[in-house]
Amino acid sequence: MLPPAPAPDAATTTSGFLLVLSIVVPIAGVLLAFVLGGRYVRLVAHTIIPFGVAIAGAILLALPQNEGPLVYLLGGWPPPLGVALRADGPSAVMLATTAIVICAVAIYAAADFSVPAAETRAPFAFWILLLAVWGALNTIFLGGDLFTLYVALELLTFAAVPMVSLDGRAETLRSALRYLLFALLGSVFYLVGTALLYGLHGTLDIVLLSRRVGAEPAALVAAALMTTGLLAKSALFPLHLWLPPAHAGAPAAASAILSGLVVKGSFFIVVRLWFNVLPGLPGFAATQLLGALGAAAIVVGSMVALRQERLKLLIAYSTLAQIGYLFLMFPLAYDASGRLASGDALAGGLLQAVSHATAKAAMFMAVGSIYAMLGHDRITGLGGVARASPLNVLAFALGGIALMGVPLSGAYLAKDLLLRSANENGQWWWEIVLQAGGMFTAAYVVLVLAHALAASDKPIALAGPTSRIRDAAPLVLSLCSLLLGLVPLGLYLPIPSDMTSSLFGPGILSKLLLPVLGGVVIAILLSPWPHPLASSTSGKAIMTGATRVRRGSLALGYLVERTDEALSQWPAASMCLLLLALLLGALMCVAT
Amino acid sequence: MSIATIFEIVLAAVVLGLGIWTIVVRETYSATVGFVAYGLLVALIWVRLDAIDVALTEAAIGGGLGGVLLLGAAAQLRDSEPAVTDAAGNAVRVCAAILSALTAATLAGAVLVLPDPAPTLAPAAVSNAWATSLANPVTNVLMAFRAMDTMLEKVVLLLAIIGVWSLAPDSAWGGHPGPRHQADPHGVLVFLARLLPPIGIVVGIYVLWTGANHPGGAFQGGAILAAMWLLAIMAGLADTPPVSSRRLRLILVAGPGLFLVVGIAGLLFGSAFLSYPPAQAKPLILAIEVAMILTIAATLGLLLAGAPERRTGQ
Amino acid sequence: MSGVTVFGLCAAAAVGLGLYGLITNPQPLRKIIAFNLLGSGVFLLFGVIGRRGAAAGMGNDPVPQALVITGVVVAFSATALAIALVLRLFQTTGSTTLSNAAPSGTGSNPSGD
Repeated sequence: MLPPAPAPDAATTTSGFLLVLSIVVPIAGVLLAFVLGGRYVRLVAHTIIPFGVAIAGAILLALPQNEGPLVYLLGGWPPPLGVALRADGPSAVMLATTAIVICAVAIYAAADFSVPAAETRAPFAFWILLLAVWGALNTIFLGGDLFTLYVALELLTFAAVPMVSLDGRAETLRSALRYLLFALLGSVFYLVGTALLYGLHGTLDIVLLSRRVGAEPAALVAAALMTTGLLAKSALFPLHLWLPPAHAGAPAAASAILSGLVVKGSFFIVVRLWFNVLPGLPGFAATQLLGALGAAAIVVGSMVALRQERLKLLIAYSTLAQIGYLFLMFPLAYDASGRLASGDALAGGLLQAVSHATAKAAMFMAVGSIYAMLGHDRITGLGGVARASPLNVLAFALGGIALMGVPLSGAYLAKDLLLRSANENGQWWWEIVLQAGGMFTAAYVVLVLAHALAASDKPIALAGPTSRIRDAAPLVLSLCSLLLGLVPLGLYLPIPSDMTSSLFGPGILSKLLLPVLGGVVIAILLSPWPHPLASSTSGKAIMTGATRVRRGSLALGYLVERTDEALSQWPAASMCLLLLALLLGALMCVAT
Repeated sequence: MSIATIFEIVLAAVVLGLGIWTIVVRETYSATVGFVAYGLLVALIWVRLDAIDVALTEAAIGGGLGGVLLLGAAAQLRDSEPAVTDAAGNAVRVCAAILSALTAATLAGAVLVLPDPAPTLAPAAVSNAWATSLANPVTNVLMAFRAMDTMLEKVVLLLAIIGVWSLAPDSAWGGHPGPRHQADPHGVLVFLARLLPPIGIVVGIYVLWTGANHPGGAFQGGAILAAMWLLAIMAGLADTPPVSSRRLRLILVAGPGLFLVVGIAGLLFGSAFLSYPPAQAKPLILAIEVAMILTIAATLGLLLAGAPERRTGQ
Repeated sequence: MSGVTVFGLCAAAAVGLGLYGLITNPQPLRKIIAFNLLGSGVFLLFGVIGRRGAAAGMGNDPVPQALVITGVVVAFSATALAIALVLRLFQTTGSTTLSNAAPSGTGSNPSGD
């Protein structure tokens, strides 16, 4: 009496138990911290985190020694009846990134959410939710079954929403509610798709589905609905109404988690869906649509970001732009074979996700420290902060520089990979978007640094003390992003071996200067706030010359901001969701 | 057209009529009442679809606890209605109606063209029932074949509790959720609250026990127990426990905790994580279900009670 | 027209109704009710698909049934969390509107910056 013999690719591999551990350990931490409560929540979290990091490291080590993915059959039941966990290269990379970011945030948050003798609300919730986010993300990266992924997505939402309203202010409650409702709408769309796929093929296992799915009408509908639902959860333009207020209003440590990690969860499932489950289904037009939304997100997100008065909102809007950047991988992965190829574009997109996760988490934490020190985060009031808090400004600068795509950084390698596949597939128009994306990122980094480095006429009144260890966490994280290009990622992602050598090739200087110069121009043209250089004589000369152009571009920026506001109304955003689902379905239908 | 089909068409029409009423009616309270009725009739559809386990769940949740939750909120929010002025304009309504109808039509089309004969895992689920010696295949899927989903779903419940609690005012942390109810000791509520719980507890445990072989299980049983607990709270016979209570927290993690322990034991000593040795499968699963029914009853009850809002003695 | 077809159409219609309510109703509580309607439509879809897969003496494929039971629990938790948020928002601000331009007259939060 043995279970039926499993297919050769659906058997537990030797180090498969690591996959179980990477989910079970954070979950066990959640349960333990909840029961012990009080002084022990932070202790439990800080005890669990080293184990989790070690498990992620072990998976990174075990994967290259195994041919194919690591597999674990839960309960010993092979799919379709049972559920499998699988770790391939992308999962391993995302697991490791998550572990690093969680670790840094936990160090950073140790003081913000310290635990007095009597249990208090915010630390209790924060540490448990942190572990829950981790468990949910690991399940998303490893889950081999679309319904398990649904449960994991919900787990992620339930862990993320309370983080938004941890400080209990009315506006954060409103942001949390909007986030929850829109995320629920997204998950229902995803769930409908799983129902249809089950009805078609009698399984939700990713590997089995990838062999069975063809261009049936129901499969196209399922793909369109699931993708749209996930886009709503990833806040891809124009489904982003919930993101800026939620990410900007949360406490700094929570913002780092939400912006760095949580949106990557649903993004990763879109990647799984399009690259693993149904690579032949979307077709040219649908992939171009995703890319176009990404491009729109870059333009709108960046332009609105440059018009923000508050630093946290600026970073939240720039997250919007960078989420758009992630979706450029979809059109670029579509090659002559009529399928999404797991090649350069996939590697580039995931690399960009990793760079953004580390850099953006670092930037949110650095800004959180600056906010705590100044008591405000108005960009125009940042003068002199570089002297008062050099480490945090450095962390912000390095994170920003890493995201611009300067050589050695992960974003640089990612951009190169994406540019290369654009070149190979003859989709030159995405090269423009990719270059513009780097410049827009540079623009807001330059803008903030210009204000932060400007001398202040009056000394800064410090509102709070600083701590070395706390300042080190964002710095280390942004260094991770900056030096990502040196990590041998070729073991996990399909990166051609000649890519890394191009890091030191000729033309580096122009690649470094181009985004920065473009960024300076954009920042001058689009930021409505008085520029710190404007008071100097040379600055004045430039400004008067550019006044007319600047007036025009500011008007354009104003228009874009109004458009964004209109799209951020609930009825508009939710109708966009339906429209997008129908459009995607129609485009896929035409393609097949 | 057979009588059965006519009945089904009428049932579907009534359900949809209630659905429309729920969406378009002006007062929120009426919408809530409409939704409760809708939930109960949907349970009837589940019976017609031969899914008794789901019918029980839907009745306990859709028409039952979910209804209580919505009614309670609607009653508390009655004062807020005049403040809402940002109602959608006609253009928005028309666009929304067109888009929703198109989406629904696409979905209906997709369902109608699903392949025939339909793929199914029913034979696989039935033929592998030996592994647990439980005769209810739905319980087998929940507790064995897809045990991971069920365990994670219990963690979702726990996170919902944490999320709700995290909304408490800082001063009330550690206190009791919800208001302290007082009722006329000779009134009908108190009478019911004394009469029903003993019966309800027996029924709840029976539903759990029978779930091994017949429709039923921990969730449905837990919902019944939660309802009895709530009745006692409403009648002022019991109070919600303070959220700082260690015993309460143990109950709230008992279900997923035991699940996890059994799962890890399977990983260490058995064949796989969340696998049961066939000889001990039934007692192990029943033990997990007993822990789960406690957890579910406590969780559902506390989700209905809301965030902590008063310290002990207030 | 079989029962499966009738209920399949009913499920799709419930999804449409829920979507319409979720878009147009301004009050969060009404959105939550609409979300539940939408959810029940999706669950019914699973039920119809399970019913089509009736085999081996089962009137309804047990796997979709189990998925629905899990889904119902998740949807209930979501409802509870959403309602708790609405009630807390009402307690702090006296209104439950979701729009950014919240009426500032009715007791806006003094600590907000």
